Amino acid sequence: MLTGNMSAAWGARVADVDYVAAYPITPQSEIVETLSKWTSTGELNAKFVNFESEHSMITAAGAASLTGARVFTATSSQGLFYAFEALYTVAGWRAPILLVNVARGVGMPMVLQVEHGDVLAARDSGFLQLHAETCQETLDFILIGYRLAEDRRILLPVMVNMDGFTLSFAREPVEIPDKSQVEDFLPRYSYPRPLTGDEQVAYAPTMTEGVPYTFFKYQMYAASIEAKHVFKQIVRDFSRVFGRGYDVLESFMMDDAEYAVVCSNSYSSIIRAGVKALRRRGVKVGMARLRMIRPFPREELAKALEGVEAVAVFEQNLAPGRGGALYPEIVEALYHMPEKPKAVVPFIGGLGGANIGPEEVAYMVRVCEKAVKTGIVPQHPTLLLREDDWSKLRESLKVSGLPVEKMGVVHHV
Amino acid sequence: MAVKLSLANYRTDLHNDWCPGCGDFGILSAIQMALADLQIEPHRVAVFSGIGCSGKTPHYINTYGIHTLHGRALPYAIGAKLANPELTVLIAGGDGDGLGIGVGHFVSAGRRNVDITYVLYDNGVYGLTKGQASPTLQRGLKPKSLPKPNINDAVNPIAIAICSGYTFVARGYAYDTKHLKELIKKGIQHKGSAFIDVLQPCPTYNDIATKEWFGGEDRIDPATKKPIPRVYKMEDEGYDGEVRDPSEAAEKIQAAIMKSFEWGDRIPIGVFYRNPHIPSYEERISSRIPEYLENYPAKQVIMDANNHPTARIEDILNEFRIL
Repeated sequence: MLTGNMSAAWGARVADVDYVAAYPITPQSEIVETLSKWTSTGELNAKFVNFESEHSMITAAGAASLTGARVFTATSSQGLFYAFEALYTVAGWRAPILLVNVARGVGMPMVLQVEHGDVLAARDSGFLQLHAETCQETLDFILIGYRLAEDRRILLPVMVNMDGFTLSFAREPVEIPDKSQVEDFLPRYSYPRPLTGDEQVAYAPTMTEGVPYTFFKYQMYAASIEAKHVFKQIVRDFSRVFGRGYDVLESFMMDDAEYAVVCSNSYSSIIRAGVKALRRRGVKVGMARLRMIRPFPREELAKALEGVEAVAVFEQNLAPGRGGALYPEIVEALYHMPEKPKAVVPFIGGLGGANIGPEEVAYMVRVCEKAVKTGIVPQHPTLLLREDDWSKLRESLKVSGLPVEKMGVVHHV
Repeated sequence: MAVKLSLANYRTDLHNDWCPGCGDFGILSAIQMALADLQIEPHRVAVFSGIGCSGKTPHYINTYGIHTLHGRALPYAIGAKLANPELTVLIAGGDGDGLGIGVGHFVSAGRRNVDITYVLYDNGVYGLTKGQASPTLQRGLKPKSLPKPNINDAVNPIAIAICSGYTFVARGYAYDTKHLKELIKKGIQHKGSAFIDVLQPCPTYNDIATKEWFGGEDRIDPATKKPIPRVYKMEDEGYDGEVRDPSEAAEKIQAAIMKSFEWGDRIPIGVFYRNPHIPSYEERISSRIPEYLENYPAKQVIMDANNHPTARIEDILNEFRIL
C-alpha cells in the first residue's frame, strides 16, 4: 500500500533518475522528502538539490537534463505558477525532464486541496501531460513519461498530474516493478549532443527574426502531435513487460451508452461508481476518462463518443470569463463528427477538494436527458455541490449577511 | 486620544496553530506590545506577510492584514505604504521567504528606504514544510530533517541589509520580548526602511539553535552555577550603531558589518546600525511631487457619487494632442 506521493517517489526511484531538483510545497513535499532520504542512504544513486524557488528548480532541472542526466522534479499549485516562465524555457530547450504536479487549487483565496487550475494553466507550455486516476497510474505514467519524453522523435518534457490529497495522501495497492523489468522497458537515457564539453553546442539561442523562431516553435508543435502515436507504441511495450496497458483515454461502459461523462484524474473513481449505479437502474451511461491532456486526444475522444446522445463534461477548474478549460477542447473534438451528440453540457465541481458523489453523476445525466429533449443546452457550467456542503455554505452566507443568490447556478442533490 | 489602547485591541480571536513553544509567539506579542506602547490605532496599521509559519502573523493581529505570495510581502507592503504614507506598515516574514525566494525584493527594497519595518523570523529552517535548510542555516549543520549536513553557506541577514541600504538594522531574540518590543518600536519610529532579524528557535525542526542553546544551558558558570547565555545585548557593552553625523556613516557601517559576523559563543542583539540622514523614499518622491504627502494616492477621489471614474479620458488624451 503506497500513497500517491510515495508512488511518485518510487516511480523516480525505479526509473533510476540521476538528478532530483526540489523545492517543498504542500501537498507535494512528501515526494522530495522521500527522494532526499533515498539519495542520502544511497538507495537511489542520484544528486539531490533543494533550491531557493521553483523558478530555479525547473531551470536547473532543464539544464541538468541537457547534460545527459535523467531528471525528476515535482511541485504543486503556486509552485508551478512561480515556475511558469521556466516551464516554457525548458520545453523550448527540448529538455526531456519529468515533473509530477500534485494538483492543488490556486490562490487567492489559498487552498491546499485538489483542483486542476494549476496543471491546466500549463497546458500550452510545451510539456506533454498525463493525468492519473490512481496511485498505480502515477507510478506507471512516470515510467511511460520518461520513455516518451526521451524518445528522439519527441524530446519534450512530461508533466504527470496526480491529485493533491485524494491521491497524494491516499494509500492504494501499488505494484512496484522489478529493476530488471524496468530496464527491459526503459532504455538508458542519452541526449543527442549533450552538454558534456566534448563539442561546442548552442542551445536555445535568441532569435532575432520571426522565421527561424517560427521554425523552432513549429518543431515543438509537430513533436507534441507525434507524441500521441509514440505513446501508443510505448504502451504496447509497457503492457508486454508489465501486463498493464493504457490508452490515451479510458472508455468505461461506453459500448451501448446513450449518455457519457467526460472527466479526468482521481474524481473519475467517483464518477465510475455513479455510472455503475445508474447502469444498475438501466440507464445507458458510460464514462470517457482522459489520461492524456497534451497532446489532446481529439480523434480518440470523438470515436469513444460515437453514437452518444449527450455528453456531460465534468471539470475541476473554473476560468473566469470562460468556465472549464477543457470544455471548448472537447466540443471542438466532437464538432467534426458526422453525427454529433445532441448536447455537450458543462459541469464544474470538486474545486479545492469539495466533494461530489454518485448522486451528482445521476444529476448530470438528468440534465443531459433534458437538454436532448428540449434542445436547450445550458450556456454556463452548472456548479455541483453536495447537499451538506451547500447547507454549510448557505449558513456561512447568512452569517456574512450575503444573499444566497450570490451563488448563481448551483445544483445540490 | 480618548481611550487608551491596550494589548487586547491588537489581538484576534482566531485559533493559533503554531507549534507549542514556537518563537513566533514571542515575536507576535512583541509586535502587539510595540503597537500598544506607541498607541497606533489598529486601523492605521497594515501587517504584510509571505508564506511559511510566519505568514499567519496577520491572522493573529487585529490590524489590516495581508497574507501575500511566497517571497512577495515587500512589494505589496511598499505599494501600500506609498499609496498611503500615513499608514504604519509592518512586514512579518520568514528567513526562507525573505532571503531565499524573495531575496531580490529584499535587496531592492533597501535601495528605496521606504518607511516600513520588516521583522524577519529567523530560525534556520523551513518550518511549515517540515524543516528543510533555510538560507540562514550555517553550512555543515544538520537539523533533524536533513539527511546530510547543509551544503550551502548561510547568508548574513544583517550584513545584506546594511549593504542593501536599510537605514535601521537590528537583531532581536524571540524569547526576550521586552527587548524585541523596544527594537520594533524604534524600527517603527525610524523614518526609513527598518530591518529586524529575530532569532527564533523552531522547537519542532531546528534541534541545534534551540532555546537552550541560545540560553547557554550547555555551559554553566562554575561560580554562579547559572548558564552563560550566548545571546547578549550590544548596548550593554557600549556598542553604538547610531550615525550622528553623515561623515561617520562609513565607519559605522564597517563596525556594524564586523559585528554582524560575531556568532557562536557570543551572539549580539540590539541595534547594529541606524542612519537617519538618508532621505526616505517618501521624501524623495516629495522632492519631485511637492504635494505628495498631503495628497497621496489613497486620498484621491477616483469615483464620483454614481461610481463613475472621475478621470476623463478626453483630458488625458488632450495632454498628448499635437496642435
